[in-house]
Amino acid sequence: MDTPNSRLRFSLSWQMLFSLLMFGFMYLPILVLAFYSFNESPYSAGWKGFTWNWYYQFFTDTRILTALGNSLVVAFSATSIAAILGTLMAVGLARYQFPGKGLYQGVAYLPLIIPDIAMAVATLVFLAAAAIPLSGGTIVAAHVVFCLSYIALVVSTRINGINPHLEEAALDLGATPAQAFTKVLLPELAPAIVSGCLLAFVLSMDDFLIASFTAGDGVKTLPIEIFGRIRTGVKPDINALSVTLILASGLVFFVAEYIRYRSEQKRLQ
Amino acid sequence: MSQTAIQNQRSTATDTEFDVELRKVYKVFNGETAVRGVDLGIRRGEFFSILGPSGCGKTTTLRLIAGFETPSTGEILIQGQRVSNVPSYRRPVNTVFQSYALFNHLTVWDNIAFGLRLKKRSKAEIQNRVDEVLKLVKMETFAKRFPVQLSGGQQQRIALARALVNRPAVVLLDEPLGALDLKLRKEMQVELSNLHQELGLTFVMVTHDQEEALSLSDRIAVMNHGKVEQIGSPSQIYECPQTPFVADFIGDTNLLHGKVEGAHPEMLWIVTDKGLRIKVKRAGDGHEPTSGSAVISIRPEKIHFSLTPPSDAVNCFEGRLQTVMYLGTHMHYLVELVSGDQITIMQPNVMHNPPSVETPIYVSWSPLDCLALSTN
Amino acid sequence: MAGQSPPLSKQPSLDTEKVLPKWLEPLFLLAPAGIWLGLLLVIPTLLIFELSLVPNIRPGQVVNPSGLDNYALIFDDIYQKVVLRSLSFAVSTTFFCLLLGFPVAYWIALIVSKRWQNLVLLGFVLPLWTSSLLRSYAWITILRPTGVVNSVITLLSSMTHLTLPPLDILNREPAVLIGMTYSLLPYMVLILYASLEKLDRRLLEAAADLGATPVQTFLKVTVPQTLPGIAAGSLLVFITCLGDFVNPELLGGASSMTVARLIYNQFLGATRNWGFGSALSMILILAVSIAIALLIKYGDAVPKK
Ligand SMILES: Nc1ncnc2c1ncn2[C@@H]1O[C@H](COP(=O)(O)OP(=O)(O)OP(=O)(O)O)[C@@H](O)[C@H]1O
Ligand SMILES: [Mg+2]
Repeated sequence: MDTPNSRLRFSLSWQMLFSLLMFGFMYLPILVLAFYSFNESPYSAGWKGFTWNWYYQFFTDTRILTALGNSLVVAFSATSIAAILGTLMAVGLARYQFPGKGLYQGVAYLPLIIPDIAMAVATLVFLAAAAIPLSGGTIVAAHVVFCLSYIALVVSTRINGINPHLEEAALDLGATPAQAFTKVLLPELAPAIVSGCLLAFVLSMDDFLIASFTAGDGVKTLPIEIFGRIRTGVKPDINALSVTLILASGLVFFVAEYIRYRSEQKRLQ
Repeated sequence: MSQTAIQNQRSTATDTEFDVELRKVYKVFNGETAVRGVDLGIRRGEFFSILGPSGCGKTTTLRLIAGFETPSTGEILIQGQRVSNVPSYRRPVNTVFQSYALFNHLTVWDNIAFGLRLKKRSKAEIQNRVDEVLKLVKMETFAKRFPVQLSGGQQQRIALARALVNRPAVVLLDEPLGALDLKLRKEMQVELSNLHQELGLTFVMVTHDQEEALSLSDRIAVMNHGKVEQIGSPSQIYECPQTPFVADFIGDTNLLHGKVEGAHPEMLWIVTDKGLRIKVKRAGDGHEPTSGSAVISIRPEKIHFSLTPPSDAVNCFEGRLQTVMYLGTHMHYLVELVSGDQITIMQPNVMHNPPSVETPIYVSWSPLDCLALSTN
Repeated sequence: MAGQSPPLSKQPSLDTEKVLPKWLEPLFLLAPAGIWLGLLLVIPTLLIFELSLVPNIRPGQVVNPSGLDNYALIFDDIYQKVVLRSLSFAVSTTFFCLLLGFPVAYWIALIVSKRWQNLVLLGFVLPLWTSSLLRSYAWITILRPTGVVNSVITLLSSMTHLTLPPLDILNREPAVLIGMTYSLLPYMVLILYASLEKLDRRLLEAAADLGATPVQTFLKVTVPQTLPGIAAGSLLVFITCLGDFVNPELLGGASSMTVARLIYNQFLGATRNWGFGSALSMILILAVSIAIALLIKYGDAVPKK
């Protein structure tokens, strides 16, 4: 049909030119941040010489580092709890029919669609009504809600794709239901659970609204800290922070992709 | 169930020749009855097949034995013991799934060792037994691979090995060869048969391929609509079907509906709805009708035909050749009798000049070669 | 293994063991998440619904017995403007994402060779992995009066000796649109790609074979075939914009108040009217739910017409 040559070449078309333009659009802000993070002058748009100064400032800024630490702890805790709850839920929903299942499912995936601001408001009102003091714990509790939905969504797609008889095969070979779950179902779902967790982790790290409604004054997560600073204008050390974060998340992303790719190759090769 | 009850049961169990027994087992899925009153006894060491059309309840029956489903009523005994309350992981049976259900995250070797590890066997024993069974299914060189790296036939062998390595009392196979192509299927049939003989285990195989069932099994249960229509050896099933369904389902047959006209100790006379008067030799197995309506079954290959009227006038009818089909080793003829009945005839391809269509011919068969069956 | 005498059973005995009751397993699987969601999603939502019915009574104010005072407040002129602005942001962003995203998705799905598709797509959506706050912040750097855009304009005017007016859009509505479009374009491209990728290329060839011009093919084959994707992508962009807080807050300045910002202000900002904020939130939830319900109801019917 197609010669390999004609398939390999990017044929020049207006769609291609336009797409390249859009690629530029997508990467422009990131490049601009990187550019300014090394620019000597904090305010002028032109190049005033190279400096590591902003990186130094950022790495010695304890407030930002504390906030980063808080964010990591929150994201890690929320993702861990959500991974357990979300996986159990996805398995349960795939396995059982019961009255009210539609309602349960609707509620479970609601966080995927309702705006963050609404969730944030609702959680705040609930916490206030229940007189629960705001803390790091309340952020985690609120984050688990949406992390759970995302993880369950990813895991349930995977469940639909695996052989429905796998667990029966394990039972048949003498595994108790608990062993069948841990020795067969969980390993089969592991790739999905990992990608779901990665997604949930990134979303939790990124969340500003829900965190700021549930954090109170004590614990500041990184987005809250950043928001507080940039609302009042341009801060060069934020540029440095951005570049560092982008590199870090890029690294995490590639490592994750690489591990996934390797494990897939190992099985397929 | 008390401990003594179990003990008593077991002492009777040793006498029974059955490895698996189903007693009046029913299975109802939200209003739909998949299995209705199945009575089965599967003997120790036998190769038993369950044969039937799609949706007749074969898989459900197998899953009831394996313990993945619980009977709605009736009871199941394995090696003489009631297993109604025994979960699948405690039953001495292992299943080969139609879809193989291999664990994708484990290597071939680990797949096979799965059951032994759960039983906490020693490392050395596991090593020996897995290697042994790998040799048995001729897959020694694939131990390190993952299931997705194997062909369908290879996966099939691993699924078999994974079940056999546990040395279960009964091996359950759900259409084990269903996903293989014809050639591989024939090869695997031979291997399955060899394995069965070598290991001496009880095999229960579900299939809807009658040839497979006939060639491999010691006994066959033919199922239809959730019921067992007949249990018997392959030749019994083929030669002496007890119901019109079995006659029709196993091999080809000509079924003619009619009424019993006369019954003698040796012979039956039956007149078909279209007026043929047929003489049938009684088999005396108690399944024949002696009055009322009846169905005659005549195998196509048991029917002779000639261009001139044969001397013996028993079960001989005049007709006209409607179609001639060339099937390589065989010829297939469709004849319309003067009465209006249609008869198919199968003859080995030995004639050099097969008669052409529309030729008037005479068909006949011996009273020994046809069966009278009761309807319903 | 061969020639083995009577097979050993898996277990020495087949005695019945205590089997756990049937309802325990579903409970174990579904209850933890159910309780969590019930406590932190269902009850809170019911609470804000209740709260939205309690007006913020000031001395001398008459309480409306229907309890819908907070909802009635939305029909005030100022608030109506806010609602309309939010809607117009959402609609315009959806439009721009569709306009910019379709050619990109089309290029990746139908022109780029299969081998590179995933990589190119990945490259396009990679900026999604960066913090949304920082992405908005980057646009501040670009659009501010002394930012990148204006530096380029100054440079151009000095080179061409024309007096190009400086672009002053930060803290105004166009900046919000740019920020929102930027944030949501990758999602739109992902969804359109998924639907274009499934498109049967033979249909395009058949259309061309029957004498359709590329434009006709596009309008009569490509677009109808990808309508479900277009609908899903548009809806996603629309509802995300409706609830977006960061872009209007950081890029829009005081002039672009939106529903999300209004809600924020009722709780963390200066105004502090929880009843009104709850009512606005309920409306937002309702709007989004209705939009999703419509998509689910009619989404499948679209391609079959
Ligand atoms: N889990 C279930 N829930 C509801 N109905 C079922 C279930 N399993 C089987 N059935 C029904 O029971 C009947 C028998 O099914 P079964 O799978 O035993 O058929 P089968 O003989 O194995 O058919 P096939 O040859 O197609 O595999 C079918 O009508 C099927 O729809
Ligand atoms: Mg079946």
